[in-house]
Amino acid sequence: MTAPLLRPKRKNPVLRTRLPTLPPAIRSRVALGLTAAAARGSFELQVCRDCATVQYPPREACCACLSDRLDWRVQNGAGELISETLLRHSQELFFRERVPWRLGMVRLDCGPTVIAYLHGDCPAAPARMRIRACLDRAGQAVLVALPEKETPNMADDRQLREMTCDPKFRKVLVTDGKTAAGQAVVEAVAAAGADLIWVGHAEPWKKLPGFDRLKAIPQVALLPLDVTNSRSVKEIAGEIGGRVDILINTADHHRNFGIASRHGVETARAEMETNYLALLRLAQEFAPAMRARGADGQSSAVAWVNLLSIFALSNFPPHGTYSASKAAALSLAQCLRAEMRASGVRVVNVFPGPIDDEWNQQLLPPKLAPAALAAAIVKALQDGIEDVYPGDVAQEWLARWRDNPKALERELAAGAG
Amino acid sequence: MSAETLLQLVNAFAAGRIRVVDLTQTLSPDFPQIVLPPEMGQCWPFRIEEVSRYDERGPAWYWNNFSCGEHTGTHFDAPIHWISGKDLPNNSTDTIPVENFIAAACVIDCSQESAADPDFLLTVDFIRDWEKRHGPIPRRSWVLMRTDWSKRTDPIAFQNFDETGQHTPGPDADAVKFLVNDRDVLGFGSEAIGTDAGQAYHLRPPYPCHYYMHGAGRYGLQCLANLDLLPPTGSVIICPPLKIKQGSGSPLRVLGLVPGG
Amino acid sequence: MAVAVPVTVPYARYSIRGAHWFLARVLAELLQRSGLTKDKIEGLCVSSFTLAPDTAVGLTQHLGFTLRWLDHIPMGGASGVVALRRAARAVQCGDADIVACIAGDTNHTDSFRLNTATFSQFARDAVYPYGSGGPNASFAFLTAHYMRSYGAEAEDFGKLCVAQRANALKFPYALMKKALTLAEYLSARPIADPLRLFDCVMPCAGAEGFLVLRRERAEELDLAYARVLATIERHNAFPDDPVQYRGGWVLDCDELYRQAGIPPGDIDFVEAYDDYPVITMMQLEDLGFCRKGEGPDFVRRHSFTVDGSFPLNTSGGQLSVGQAGAAGGFLGLVEAIRQVTGQALGGAVADARIGMASGFGMINYDRGLCSGAAILARS
Repeated sequence: MTAPLLRPKRKNPVLRTRLPTLPPAIRSRVALGLTAAAARGSFELQVCRDCATVQYPPREACCACLSDRLDWRVQNGAGELISETLLRHSQELFFRERVPWRLGMVRLDCGPTVIAYLHGDCPAAPARMRIRACLDRAGQAVLVALPEKETPNMADDRQLREMTCDPKFRKVLVTDGKTAAGQAVVEAVAAAGADLIWVGHAEPWKKLPGFDRLKAIPQVALLPLDVTNSRSVKEIAGEIGGRVDILINTADHHRNFGIASRHGVETARAEMETNYLALLRLAQEFAPAMRARGADGQSSAVAWVNLLSIFALSNFPPHGTYSASKAAALSLAQCLRAEMRASGVRVVNVFPGPIDDEWNQQLLPPKLAPAALAAAIVKALQDGIEDVYPGDVAQEWLARWRDNPKALERELAAGAG
Repeated sequence: MSAETLLQLVNAFAAGRIRVVDLTQTLSPDFPQIVLPPEMGQCWPFRIEEVSRYDERGPAWYWNNFSCGEHTGTHFDAPIHWISGKDLPNNSTDTIPVENFIAAACVIDCSQESAADPDFLLTVDFIRDWEKRHGPIPRRSWVLMRTDWSKRTDPIAFQNFDETGQHTPGPDADAVKFLVNDRDVLGFGSEAIGTDAGQAYHLRPPYPCHYYMHGAGRYGLQCLANLDLLPPTGSVIICPPLKIKQGSGSPLRVLGLVPGG
Repeated sequence: MAVAVPVTVPYARYSIRGAHWFLARVLAELLQRSGLTKDKIEGLCVSSFTLAPDTAVGLTQHLGFTLRWLDHIPMGGASGVVALRRAARAVQCGDADIVACIAGDTNHTDSFRLNTATFSQFARDAVYPYGSGGPNASFAFLTAHYMRSYGAEAEDFGKLCVAQRANALKFPYALMKKALTLAEYLSARPIADPLRLFDCVMPCAGAEGFLVLRRERAEELDLAYARVLATIERHNAFPDDPVQYRGGWVLDCDELYRQAGIPPGDIDFVEAYDDYPVITMMQLEDLGFCRKGEGPDFVRRHSFTVDGSFPLNTSGGQLSVGQAGAAGGFLGLVEAIRQVTGQALGGAVADARIGMASGFGMINYDRGLCSGAAILARS
């Protein structure tokens, strides 16, 4: 059983902060298929379309029949641990700073043998395992062998915590607590054991509901953060930026207009201010300190979460300008992800379908409950997922988009949401 | 009027016989903005972005870009702002005769009443009572409603919202009609975020100060400060808005001239 | 076929030289010892991990050789045996009169990490990101599995390491100069459980080489030579084994002894590939000296020293001499030539008539893919 993680000791502020290092990040292009699936929380291996042989490591042609028709298919990960080692010496800085590492060799039921990180609760070989694909600090997929059944405090495993971004004992900034989603996120990270939750509270004179509930949460501290105001972002970053471990940008400006249904650009501009430029402001002011703290002990800076929208993938004309602003934010989030890479701080993009809030009042169900969205964000942090598509609508849009983006564009243009 | 008069004026400033009082709130991103229902178009708050600050963006100079709505901070309302004034001549910031930007002011002190009741409404009776003590309001002068609201430096207290909306003092409909029709004032000024009261949506007509003042081609001044430094009568205010083509208003610097010691 | 002129360029832990320097030195030594001039070397077979961006082709111009046969063998620990097979065929078929087989690598302070990090596509994609333990981690898996399956104990692997160190103390080029006791072996720091420090080869710089030619030609040149009785090679054997517990030798063992016309019992000494002792134990099984799973018991029954029962890795093997990159795949073969031609630099096996050298190389992913073996006999 994993020993439960204890609250880390307070940092001695005069000691040097260790600089971040990364595990090896280089992969062949074909191996990035594993990463692409792991980014969504899925474990996929190549399967030969012609002879059904499952392949690993990733390759260009089937090792059985030489077919090049290899499709990435979801695997259940069941297998048997056949050997293990406790690695105490490594050639790479990242591992040298963290040895020992427990590694296992697992024969998957579907065929191949994989080398994987071995969770501390896994029994000795031979033993049944389940393999999961996880993103490591370099942002690349690695395989993790877990015990067949859940064990107590599993997420607290030392090696696993080096891959995940669990909010437990971490300090979290939720940039906007005004929205239903923002408030649900605050409650979810509090329940997940966050140490301290700063909640942005712009325009505090607007007495929006829910703040009394937030104030009652012991970890919560309200901040006058207004993401549309560069000076406010700069001031708040100066005040708390060096301590934020997880930044969750919930700021969202959502109006329901296309092009012809609204005169002028004022609304679109407000959407860009909050959905796009605010991300840029936050990134410029908060990212530098977070980058420097990518290896700051047990509770280092680990994640940056952007609340985007499934409309970022393809424009939803009834919410056309909103979709465009989210697409802009997605593009910028990719830039942020690249710039954060060297620090190991993960940029998590969340693509919900319509959230059950006032701005989606006229959309038919299913709609995503704010609490479900928040739960998906926390789970993504705990599981090491980079792209989150919470809820049925997001999953369906994603499937349609991956299948044929042009078809989705036509369907949306025809009014099929 | 002669050159000698102007010279006397300048000398009076120099000698302190005329004091200049700044009636303006500082433009800052932190100053609250008028709140409208979120589905409506919104007036931008004041925002400021550094262009350069002696750095790689401009090694020897510091400057900013700012953005805001016409009705941000201490600002001027032109008649074209309201639908009732939309077809009047000379109704926008670029066409208002410039002599209207310098005028006498009467200050009606409602500070005690406003402290007791944030929904305080200025009535005709209250004005008549003021006139008993200070004489009739001269025509073509500003009427400024002193509430000491500008001393509420906490934006939450300044905006003063509760679940029924905003609660700030202002004139009632009859008072506005009286000032326009019976006193022929140049405009109405207030310390709160609007010339109308916070609950003026429920008056008849809604927002009477906007409706009647602008419908009669008169002006408004909002978010004024330091009205307690002006005498009830005898001051002059200078309030030229930016010359925005077809502008409905503009942030501005408002100066009060008061007799010195 | 004959192999002659066993040459070693002395090993060093680190060198500031390039691989080209080591390969030049081994060629110079081959010419000097054989009395041949450059133009008499018609064929060249090269193995090196650190020659990049060059291959054997670049080396011809770099060192000024004009050749009618050229090969480059990137097979790591199997390079020596495979080079011998290729060269022997070439000479046999008349493609070249004399072929120089050479292997060498330099070792800078970061060479080993760089080589490991980019060793193969599979290693880069599916092994190196997991702790970056290099071959230590890979052999730890094989060792742990082997111990569990066949009851091998740490003392069994230790016995091999201790015996090889005893052999190495007599060998002038061995980098390990201190005696090793079983107690020291067992108390050495753990590297990747169950491996300890002395289970792991030490990367270093160095080079090895020999000449392949017809027997008549060797005699004309008055060179001491060994006869090549048999050779085998195999690649990617048993791909369906979940974990490697046997090598490709299993498939070719019978053929090896058939070619040689001798039974295993006639072998006087064995130079097994030994970057980690588990693979030595597997070779004892897979090359017919005992049955699968009997390796531990076989180890307990023999002494493995040059002067003891079943002389094994008579120069000390890589574990005590050092692993000079691809030259590690030549070390055993070069030592075998020395033993059967009476040129041992260290301990000489008494009346060594027939010796075996085997090779194993290229942990491409989870196992070594190349295996080979050769049996040499006194001329």
